[in-house]
Amino acid sequence: MCQVGEDDHELLQRAEVPGVSKKCVKCKEATAAVVIRAGDAFCRGCFKEYFIHKFRAMLGKNRVLFPGEKVLLAVSGGPSSCSMLAQVQEGLRQNAHKKLRFLPGIVFIDEGGAVGQSLEDRRRMAAELQAVFKATGFPFLVVPLEQVLDLPSSVVAAAPAPSERAAGVYKKAVGRFIQRDGGGRQAPLEREETPLADVPECRTLLLQQLVGSAKTLTAREDLLNTLRQHLLVHTARTEGYSKVMLGDSCTRLAVKLLTSISLGRGAQLAQDTGFSDSRYGDIVLVRPMRDYSAKEIAYYNRMFSVPSVFIPGLDTKTRDKSSIQRLTESFVTKLQADFPSTVSAIYRTSEKLQTACTSSSSADHGDRCLLCMCALDTAAENASAFKATLISEQLSQKKPPGAPSAAVPEPAPLEPESAAATGQCCSSGGGEDCGKAAGGGGCCSSAREPESSDLRRLLCYSCQLTIRDMSSVDRLPVYILSEAQRRLRRSQMREQIGEFLLDQGDEGDQRMT
Amino acid sequence: MAAPVAIHLEFGGGAELLFNGVKEHHVTLPSQSEPWDVKQLLVWIQQNLLKERPELFVQGDSVRPGILVLINDADWELMGELDYQLQDQDNVVFISTLHGG
Repeated sequence: MCQVGEDDHELLQRAEVPGVSKKCVKCKEATAAVVIRAGDAFCRGCFKEYFIHKFRAMLGKNRVLFPGEKVLLAVSGGPSSCSMLAQVQEGLRQNAHKKLRFLPGIVFIDEGGAVGQSLEDRRRMAAELQAVFKATGFPFLVVPLEQVLDLPSSVVAAAPAPSERAAGVYKKAVGRFIQRDGGGRQAPLEREETPLADVPECRTLLLQQLVGSAKTLTAREDLLNTLRQHLLVHTARTEGYSKVMLGDSCTRLAVKLLTSISLGRGAQLAQDTGFSDSRYGDIVLVRPMRDYSAKEIAYYNRMFSVPSVFIPGLDTKTRDKSSIQRLTESFVTKLQADFPSTVSAIYRTSEKLQTACTSSSSADHGDRCLLCMCALDTAAENASAFKATLISEQLSQKKPPGAPSAAVPEPAPLEPESAAATGQCCSSGGGEDCGKAAGGGGCCSSAREPESSDLRRLLCYSCQLTIRDMSSVDRLPVYILSEAQRRLRRSQMREQIGEFLLDQGDEGDQRMT
Repeated sequence: MAAPVAIHLEFGGGAELLFNGVKEHHVTLPSQSEPWDVKQLLVWIQQNLLKERPELFVQGDSVRPGILVLINDADWELMGELDYQLQDQDNVVFISTLHGG
């Protein structure tokens, strides 16, 4: 490789092996123990300071966490989230320098059912994690992923965003908080911790069928991510938390960035990998660990005994090419081994991403993807590439698109409510008025569960691809299907009475409701 | 003639799945004429301890990218990586930072 220009020297510099028993670059006294980035060797003490400082700086720079706010920590048991938990614990200590000021709670989502773990393994791992949680003293919840089958449709219906807070408000809020209790002790646990209740086997079976209905591992992982996020947001809402902290590390986010591009989620990159993600309106997801590489986290956990539990996931022990996520991870890690600035270069790029549409409050229900809750990116103009894919798909379909779906056996444990939905759509979904006689015929004739082709209109591009990979959408949880039906009915209604509305847009909406 | 070397091995972050879930191993490397180095240790592990899927642990001469190696709680990059010569009672830790074990 010709090294004429100095600009690309840093980016393409291969890893140099530093000399044996080097001194710490910071304090220059103690023997170095860790190599961070390219060639910076730190000793234990300096490394610990650096690590802790980075966490505070990340929270302080993005002034998103207000003092006294309830924040839910989403802990998966893996090294990043357990490290995040340890940092929060460290930051809340009485005599900590620049003490953190929010009220944390912990949630652990047990995905063993979707992955195929045995009940004893799930119980054992949950018990190990519970011991870790109890030691922190924060209130915690153990939620099995099976609960995602029982969520209400409000999870996927866009919630109004809280009023935008100006930058100056943060400083005032901090000042007020300090005056008021001067950093008093956190309130003791008000409620008993909830251990992992035994999940009935039929629920686990339903969940496995749902995840198994996606044919590729890529789609399965994507689906699992979506379901997990929905469950997290719902838990935060019901327990009264306004923020959720996710433990995604820099390495993980770099992989996620490239994966998202491969999956067609380019339009949602800023929200998927940014520090704060406000697509759910009232619940904001923050990622305070996004500045830490996986190596730093692993070293810190090892050197300072941060407990973590390894929980196998969907792609544990799979081959490199089994899914897009797996392949990207293997690619990035291999590149990182030779060029240690890979991950940070990707990270710096992701920091520059911003969402195109700024005001989320004005986007009504119809403008958001049903599954991932990001703004729809599928307005297909005539000359766009997306339109071309749609046309080629229509041309290559063998059966006519209007044919009813093949006979899908109704799963026995389904509630009778959804069976009634296939019969009459007017009475389901909370008694929405089905429209006047003129449009009544058209509405009631579509009295069936939404099909894959119907759902397409409600999804962003990458969620469409995931749904396309599923053998049947009937396995989706009730809350998704009923919200889909509701939106389809709304849009049908809108089409039918569109010509009678005086003003397109806001005023028309107010009139309909 | 080097004496047999007693090494304490640990596996974490999911790497233990490849070793029947056992995280700690006390092993004694047989004596041989040259001192043991990490490269030979990897070969020895692959032959004697690794139960399945060797490609998830070693890649060529070295460990698979994404698996961190600590020798006596210090980064192996500071010790010379594969060329570090093992001493008696050394502690070598392999931590996987990958998703898939």
